[in-house]
Amino acid sequence: MSITTRTGVLAGLAAGAIALTGCGSSGTSADAGASPDGGSSSAGSSSAACASGSLKAEGSTAQKNAMEQWIKDFQATCSGTTITYNGTGSGAGVSNFIAKQADFAGSDSALDPANGEVAKAAAVCGSPALNLPMVTGPIAVAYKVNGVKDLVLTPKVITRIFLGKITTWNDPAIKALNANASLPSTPITVFYRSDSSGTTQNFEKYLAANDPAGFTSKPDKDSSKAGFAGQGKAGSQGVQQAIGSTEGGIGYVEWSFAVSGDLDTARVDNGAGPVELTADSAAAAVAAAKVASNGGKDLTLKLDYAARASGAYPIILVTYEIVCSKYADPKVGSLVKSFLTYTAGDGQAALQDLGYAPLPTEIQTQVKAAVESIS
Amino acid sequence: MPKETPMIDRTPADTAGPGRMAGPAVSDRPEPAPDPSGPALRVDRPVVVPVVGSSQPAGILPDQEPVFGAGSLGGRTGAGRFGDRVLAGLSSGAGAFLVLLIGLVTVFLVIRALPAITSDRSNFLTARTWDVGGDTLDFGVLPLLWVTVLISLVAMALAVPVAIGIALFISQYAPARVARPVAYVIDLLAAIPSIIYGVWGIAVLAPKIQPLADLLSRRAGWFPLFADHNVRGGTIFTGGVVLAVMILPIITAIGRDVFERTPRANIEAAWALGATRWEVIRLAVLPYGRPGLVSGAMLGLGRALGETIAITLILSKVSNTGAFSFSIFNGGETFASKIANNASEFNSPSQTGAYIAAGLVLFVLTFAVNAAARWVVNRRKEFS
Repeated sequence: MSITTRTGVLAGLAAGAIALTGCGSSGTSADAGASPDGGSSSAGSSSAACASGSLKAEGSTAQKNAMEQWIKDFQATCSGTTITYNGTGSGAGVSNFIAKQADFAGSDSALDPANGEVAKAAAVCGSPALNLPMVTGPIAVAYKVNGVKDLVLTPKVITRIFLGKITTWNDPAIKALNANASLPSTPITVFYRSDSSGTTQNFEKYLAANDPAGFTSKPDKDSSKAGFAGQGKAGSQGVQQAIGSTEGGIGYVEWSFAVSGDLDTARVDNGAGPVELTADSAAAAVAAAKVASNGGKDLTLKLDYAARASGAYPIILVTYEIVCSKYADPKVGSLVKSFLTYTAGDGQAALQDLGYAPLPTEIQTQVKAAVESIS
Repeated sequence: MPKETPMIDRTPADTAGPGRMAGPAVSDRPEPAPDPSGPALRVDRPVVVPVVGSSQPAGILPDQEPVFGAGSLGGRTGAGRFGDRVLAGLSSGAGAFLVLLIGLVTVFLVIRALPAITSDRSNFLTARTWDVGGDTLDFGVLPLLWVTVLISLVAMALAVPVAIGIALFISQYAPARVARPVAYVIDLLAAIPSIIYGVWGIAVLAPKIQPLADLLSRRAGWFPLFADHNVRGGTIFTGGVVLAVMILPIITAIGRDVFERTPRANIEAAWALGATRWEVIRLAVLPYGRPGLVSGAMLGLGRALGETIAITLILSKVSNTGAFSFSIFNGGETFASKIANNASEFNSPSQTGAYIAAGLVLFVLTFAVNAAARWVVNRRKEFS
């Protein structure tokens, strides 16, 4: 018996170890991914813009798909370059950029002057750091209601739906906006992201900007304190799958996921009439954004989520590349410049298939000029 | 201990090692028949257990001349002693390493978690808020603790009886040609990656068991554990069922092993008393296997408490506002799934500290559960 007991103690310890690896592995899970397939590089037309070398970048997962496509295309054109982008999250991207672990960072939000990120980044670079808007993505309010297409929603109604104050599809508030639709009495099931995400943060920013009385919590990547009704699902994939399989479901996902899941997307009425989600209407909203620069060539955008522009889809997400304006190592600087020249130029055309919106022309011109100044 | 008295009369070399190691020793030594202790031994022979120190009961030993001179190998040659020392060193090193590892993990968790816990504005253990993104920390682990414990309990409640049944079937009932494939199939369950379980659980299993959940919450909804919370699919119940399947092979494998090791004598004694097969299992097999079974269940529970990706995919997160929910038909987050959900966006040391603090609670929880199980087993042993 004593032998069995002894095994039991070891088993107990091992059980503890198993539980630990359960936590531990989750910390590293985000590191996996985003390693571009270097094998695809072919001896393409090597233009003068190609610089050789290798770059290491990391950050936002929201722009990961765009980055992977860009890196693949860029490496195919410019053989001899190796660029890696790890989708470790915006926070990790910025802190590793400041710690000199990444050559540039992708982030859902620009460097924050308030907590010293701008100063720290400038100190590391030896020159001001630049926030360059590069990937913009509309956030769709996707739903599944049998027989209802072209649903129109206002920010106030969206807030009330997501906070569980409107619980059925034939609620008078929804009926008032959709006079012609035959709305069923199906209960509304709200889906949101259970994992930390810039998508959640921007969606909450939109709600808070339009309905400050209704949506009172501070927008955050973590949906924990928003008080959303319904169910949180892991990843855009999870939300997409849940909406698609639930009659009466509604949720917010990046546009690409609404498209790939074949979900209906609501037209959003910010006060100037309902706007359908298209690449053009999303780009129109980005174009309306003001540049709130930290100085120099910096292009921090200030999105006006409460804007009432007609033809502009208001729920959008802008992600930045955070770079040094002058790199200590000129080789790194020229490769960053070469790569970002591609992403801000020809690369934008590749975005629409991935469910992102291309930069509007005016901002694209400014981004190109800023990239040109990198050395 | 009159049975062992002949041992004293043996040659000194005989005491150096266990009798079972006799094989090689016999070949290079003359048969020790003219041993001076012979007569003394022969008197006691019917009751003597020749292999001293073995856990094997006497009943199944071959009835032959006891082999003397066993173990002399280790006592005489330097190589043997060296091997002993190496093995002893390696095994105690491995044991110490494990303890050291656990100790270091504890130290790490405590060091990283303490600043977050001390600057927590809410009660760390009883608060239900989770606000760690800003400058101030305001978080509590109560919902995480509840969901983690509840989902593991659901899994254990489903898995342990089934695992015992399978283990008994394989070890006691099934003929060998059936038992082996069944055991193999059960072991195969352990080889399925947990993400597969997660995707299968939410996409295939959840819709299938939803009617059962609906029925339970309709008929027994007054009972807090079965109250309806309008969460479909990604409930603690679904997660528990999937976890039960995941921990089944662990508990079954260990249960099978301990049941198969039930001493033949115990079983035959039960047969001899006229016990039926069920009574044999109840009187001989189950009592003998209980500590091992508890160990197996603890291993399974450890996996259930810490399971991450499958649960992250299955469980729906729900807001922790309003009345506290006890229901298994609600969603929620476990410690592991909470950490997994947010690991990609850890921005500041204080925020990370909050999640590590949650991990520390899971660590302590696992330890406490194991210690409690050990205590129960040891206490029961005194009475049996």
